[in-house]
Amino acid sequence: MRTNRFILAAALAAAGLAGPVAAAEVETEITDKAFSFEGPFGVFDQAQLQRGYQIFNQVCASCHGMQYLAFRHLGAEDGPGFPEEQVKAFAEQHEFPREDDPEEMRPGAPFDHFPTPEYFGEGHPPDLSLIAKARAGFHGPIGTGINQLMKGTGGPEYIYSLMMGYHDTPECALDSDIGGYYNAAFAVGGYPEECLDEAGHRTVPGSWIAMPAQIYEGLVEYADGTPATADQYAEDISAFLMWAAEPKMMERKEAGLRNFIWLGVLAVLLYFVNKRIWKPVKGEDA
Amino acid sequence: MTATTEDEGSRRDFLFVATGAVGAVTAGAAVWPLIDQMNPSASVLALATIDIDVASLSEGQQLTVKWRGKPVFVRYRSPAEIEAARETPLDDLKDTVARSGNQPGADASDANRSLGENGEYVVMMGVCTHLGCVPLGQQGDYNGWFCPCHGSHYDTAGRIRKGPAPMNLFIPELAFDGSTITLLEEYKA
Amino acid sequence: MAGIPQEHYEPQTASEKWLHSRLPIVGMALDFMAFPTPKNLNWMWIWGVMLSVFLVIQIVTGIVLVMHYTPHVDYAFASVEHIMRDVNGGWLLRYVHSNGASFFFIAVYAHIFRGLFYGSYKAPREITWIIGILIYLAMMATAFMGYVLPWGQMSFWGATVITNLFSAIPLVGDSIVTWLWGGFSVDNPTLNRFFSLHYLVPFVIAGLTVVHIWAFHTTGNNNPTGVEVRRDSIDVVKKDTVPFHPFYTIKDMYALVLFLMLFVVFVFFMPNYLGHPDNYIEANPLATPAHIVPEWYFLPFYAMLRAITFDILFIDSKLGGVLAMFGAIALLALAPWLDTSRVRSGRYRPTFKLAFYGLVVDFFVLMWVGAMPAEQPYVIISQLATLYWFVYFLVILPVLGVIERPDAQPASIEAAFEAEHPKHAPAPGGAAATPAE
Repeated sequence: MRTNRFILAAALAAAGLAGPVAAAEVETEITDKAFSFEGPFGVFDQAQLQRGYQIFNQVCASCHGMQYLAFRHLGAEDGPGFPEEQVKAFAEQHEFPREDDPEEMRPGAPFDHFPTPEYFGEGHPPDLSLIAKARAGFHGPIGTGINQLMKGTGGPEYIYSLMMGYHDTPECALDSDIGGYYNAAFAVGGYPEECLDEAGHRTVPGSWIAMPAQIYEGLVEYADGTPATADQYAEDISAFLMWAAEPKMMERKEAGLRNFIWLGVLAVLLYFVNKRIWKPVKGEDA
Repeated sequence: MTATTEDEGSRRDFLFVATGAVGAVTAGAAVWPLIDQMNPSASVLALATIDIDVASLSEGQQLTVKWRGKPVFVRYRSPAEIEAARETPLDDLKDTVARSGNQPGADASDANRSLGENGEYVVMMGVCTHLGCVPLGQQGDYNGWFCPCHGSHYDTAGRIRKGPAPMNLFIPELAFDGSTITLLEEYKA
Repeated sequence: MAGIPQEHYEPQTASEKWLHSRLPIVGMALDFMAFPTPKNLNWMWIWGVMLSVFLVIQIVTGIVLVMHYTPHVDYAFASVEHIMRDVNGGWLLRYVHSNGASFFFIAVYAHIFRGLFYGSYKAPREITWIIGILIYLAMMATAFMGYVLPWGQMSFWGATVITNLFSAIPLVGDSIVTWLWGGFSVDNPTLNRFFSLHYLVPFVIAGLTVVHIWAFHTTGNNNPTGVEVRRDSIDVVKKDTVPFHPFYTIKDMYALVLFLMLFVVFVFFMPNYLGHPDNYIEANPLATPAHIVPEWYFLPFYAMLRAITFDILFIDSKLGGVLAMFGAIALLALAPWLDTSRVRSGRYRPTFKLAFYGLVVDFFVLMWVGAMPAEQPYVIISQLATLYWFVYFLVILPVLGVIERPDAQPASIEAAFEAEHPKHAPAPGGAAATPAE
C-alpha cells in the first residue's frame, strides 16, 4: 500500500478541465487504494460488496440512512448479489407503516427503501446513498482529473482514508478545546487556532470531524474467513458504498467497451468509404 | 485491365454495403434505449408480486391491499358467510366460471374461489367487473359486496348475483402457504 | 433559395409531377442534399454537422428523461436517482444527456473559433454569424437551466449566483431577480419555470438552426481560402464545388463517429468527469458549498465577470463585471463590422494569425482562471486575459485590417484545391477519375 499526499480543495472540488481548485487549500491524507472496479475493465468483487454491506448494516446504519437504495437492489447480480431469501431477511429487520393503516407497522419488504434512522446526537449524519460520488479523493495529474478514466473519482479512496484517518490528536491541539475528533482525511471540519503557524497556515493535515472512529479490529466477524482487520473493513465498506452510489457501473463499462469497439469498426469502414468517394475528385491514388 | 476494374467495383460495393449495414445497426441500437425506457422500471416491477400476511387476520376481518394500483380484498369469512356461499347452487349464478387465476377453467363453486382449510379466506380484485368501481364490503342483497356505481350485488364468495356486472370478481393467480398469500399475476378474462 | 446556381430537381413521372406542383418537398430535400459546397473544406468544417447531431441527441434524450423526472424541489433529486437506478437504461440516457451538453459546447467553441479564423463572419455572412451567436446564447441559457434541474448543491447555488447577476442592473435589478425567481430565493417556482424553459428553448435553437443554414445556403459556404465560389454558370460552379451529398455527408459522418468514440469514453468510463461531486448532494438552501464553480463551458465568461474588481467611474464593480461578461459576447456578434480586413481567411494574414492564436490561448487561460479562487495571482491574470479579449475585438481587428500586408490569395477554390491535390493527368472539369495505372 502506497500512501500519497494530495492537495484536496476545501470543497472537494475540481471541475474537469478547470484544473486544480486551490481555494483555501487544505492538505489531507488520501490513500490511493487499488479497487477491483477501477478502470475501463473494472468489475465489482461480489464477496467484498457482501462484506461491505455487513459493515454498513452492523455499523453505519445505526446513524446513517441510504434512502435511494431499496433492499431489492442488494440482490443485483452485478452488485452484492444476495440470494432472494437473504434480501427478504434484511428487509424484515426493519419496520414500515402499513399502507392501509399508517398507524400500524409491518415488516419491511424487498421493495422498501432503506430507512433513515432517527439520530439523537448533534448534527446530521449524511445519507450514504451517493456519498462515494459526492466526495472526490483526488484530482489527478496537475489537477486535470483525467486519471478518472483509470481510477475513478477517488470517492471510495476518500471513504477508506476517512475511516483510517483517525490518528492521535496532534500535539498542537492537545490543549485546544475544539470539539470532534482529529481526522487526517477530513477537509471541511473545524480546525484549532493552536495548529496554525504565524502566517496562518495549517501545520497538520485534515481537520476535526464530529463522527468518532467507528471501526477497529475484530468489530465484525466475516463468515467467509476474511481477516477481521480495520483496514479490511475500511476497504470493504468503501467498495460497498461505491456500488451503492453507482449500481450500474459494471453494466455501464461493459456497454462502453461494446460501443467503443463497434464505433471503431464503423469508423474504419467510413474512413475507406470517404477515401474512395473523394478519390475521383482529388485524383490521387487512394 | 477489365478484371481489375471489375474487382475494384465489387470491392467498392462490398465496402459500401458493409458500411451501410453497420451504420444501420448502429442507428437501431441507438434507438432501442429510447423505446425500452418506457417499459416498467425496476421499482414498478418490484411491486408486481407482493406478499400479504393473513395469519394476523381474525374472523370477519377484511383487509384491502393496493396491488398494481388496484385494491385487493382479503376477507376472513365467518362460518355463516361460508355456508351461505356453499349452499348456493351453480344454477342460481349469473356467471358460472370461477374467474380464478389458479384455476382458469373451473366452475364457480365456492370451493374453487376460496382458500384455507375450510375455505375461510377469499382474495379478489376489488374492481367491479362492470365498469371498474370499487365495491363496498358486507353490503347488498347477498351480504357480500355491493357496487355503488351501478348497483351490482356480489355474494359472500364475490360472485355476481344481481345487477349489470357480467362476471364474478376476479381472483388473481396466487400462492398460499397457510399464512402468507403471494399475489403473482392478474386474472385475465 | 437564391445564390449559387445549381441543377434543380425535375419531377419525371406523373406522380412526381403531381406532388411537386402541390408540395415541392422532394425537390427541396434533394436540392438541399446536392447543395454545391466548396470542395476544399478542411476538417474544421465538420462542427456544424456535429452540432446538429448533438442538438438532436439532446432533444431526444431530454424528451425521454422528462418521462421520469419530477420538477419539484421535494422530488427532483430523488427522481434523478430513480432514473439512474431503476428506469431501464436510465443511467445511460442521463449520462448521455449531461455529457452531451459538454460535447455540444466543445463543438460550438470549435465552430466559433473556426469562423473567427477563416473570417466566416465577414460580409456577406453577417446574418449567418449573428444567428449563430443567438444560438450560442440560447445554448448557454438552456445549459444553465438544465444544470439546475437535478437540484443538487451546485444546481441550487449556481442558479442563485447567476440569477443574482441581474441584481447589478441599476434601479430595476432587484425587481428583475424577484421576477426571475417567482419568490424571494431560488425555490420551487424557479425550478418549475426553468424546467419549462429548458424544454422550450432547444426547439427555438432548432428553429434558429434552420435559419442559420438557410442564410449560409443563400451566401454559399465560406471555405479555408476565403475566396468565394465562382458562380458565372453551373459549369463554373462545378469547378469549385462538389455536391454536399455524398462528399460531405460521408466525410462528416466519419468525423462524427470519431467524435462519438470520444463521447463514449466520457459517457461510459468517466461520466462524472465534467460534473461536480457536490451535485450529488441534494440542494440545501441553508449551506453553500465552500467553492462554487460553474460548468467548464461557462468558465471563460465567468472569469471575465470576476475580473472586474474595481469601479469604473459611476459603474460599480458588480455591474462592471456583468457588463464585461455580456460585452465580451456582444463583441463576438459585432465582429463582422469590427474587422476591417479586405482579406477574409486568416490563412493569408500573417500578423492576424498571431493575434488569433493569442485569442485561442486567451480563451483557455480564461477558462483555467475561471476555476481558480478569486485571489492573487489569479485576479491579475484574469484581468489581463479579459483585457486581451477586448483589445482583440476593439483594437486588433479594426487596426490590423488597415495596416497589415496580406499574403497572396489563390485565384479560385479550384486553383487552391489543385495545388493541394496535384493530379496525375489534368482532368477537365476536375471531376474525372484518374485511370488505374
